[in-house]
Amino acid sequence: MTDRNKRDEDLERLGETLRSAIPPIGEAELRHDLSSRILQRIEGTSRDLAHWRRRPSFVGVPWIDWALMGVAVVVMLLFPALIPALLYHL
Amino acid sequence: MNALERFAVGDVEAFEPLFRQHQAEVYGWVLRIVRDPAAAEDLTVEAFWRLYQKQASLDPKGNCAAWLRRVATNLAIDHLRRVRPTEPLLAEPADVQRADGVGQQETRFAIRAAMNELSPKLRAVALLVLIEEESYTSVAESLGISLGAVKLRIFRATRILRKKLEQRGVRP
Repeated sequence: MTDRNKRDEDLERLGETLRSAIPPIGEAELRHDLSSRILQRIEGTSRDLAHWRRRPSFVGVPWIDWALMGVAVVVMLLFPALIPALLYHL
Repeated sequence: MNALERFAVGDVEAFEPLFRQHQAEVYGWVLRIVRDPAAAEDLTVEAFWRLYQKQASLDPKGNCAAWLRRVATNLAIDHLRRVRPTEPLLAEPADVQRADGVGQQETRFAIRAAMNELSPKLRAVALLVLIEEESYTSVAESLGISLGAVKLRIFRATRILRKKLEQRGVRP
C-alpha cells in the first residue's frame, strides 16, 4: 500500500468516526420562506435612509463641536479683547 | 436577461426572483457549517442583504450562486468565532437521524468536544470535508482559497483531531 493510499484510508476512517458522532446534515430543507425577512430588512433600511435624508444637515454635527462653539462664543462675550487672538489662531 | 443581469443594471424588482432561486441552497450550505437552523437562517438573510447592497458593483455576467456561497461561508466562520463552542453547537438537529456507529454517549461527546476545540477556520473545513463529504474543490471555491490551502487545513485539522481524540481515549 502506498503512503497516499494509507493517508486516504486513515482520513476515511477518521471521517467515519467523526460522522458516527456528528451526523451529516446533507441536503437540509428550509423550514420556511425567508423572503419576508429580507424584505423587512430592505424596507427598514429604506425607511432609515429616507428619515436621514429628511433630517436637517446641522443635526449631523457632533455634540462636541457645538459645545466648543458655545465655549468660544461665551469667551468672546466675556473677554472681547481676546477676539483678535482667537481669530489669529483660527 | 436573467434575474442577476436585471438586478445588476438597477432593476430592484429582480432581487426577489434571485432570492427565491438561491435561498434554499445558501441556507443548506450555511447549516452544514453552523449546524444551527436559526443561525443559518439569520446568516442566509445577511448574505442576501450583502448582495442587495452590492447591487451597483455586481458583475451581471458573474456567478451569483458562487458569490453568495463565498459570502455565506465567511459569515458562517465569523459566526463560529462569535459563538462559544459548546455541545449544542454541534448537536444534530432533531430531524436528522442519529447514526449508530459509535454507540456510547461518552464517545460521541468526546468526538464533538474535539471538533469544538478546532479553530473556526479549521472546524468549517473539517465539517464540510470530513462530515459532509464535500469535495475539496467546492470547499476551496466557497472559501476563496486554493485547493492546496484546503488540503493543508484538512491536514492540520486531522492532526489536531487525532491528538484530541487520543487524549480522550478515542482511537479513530
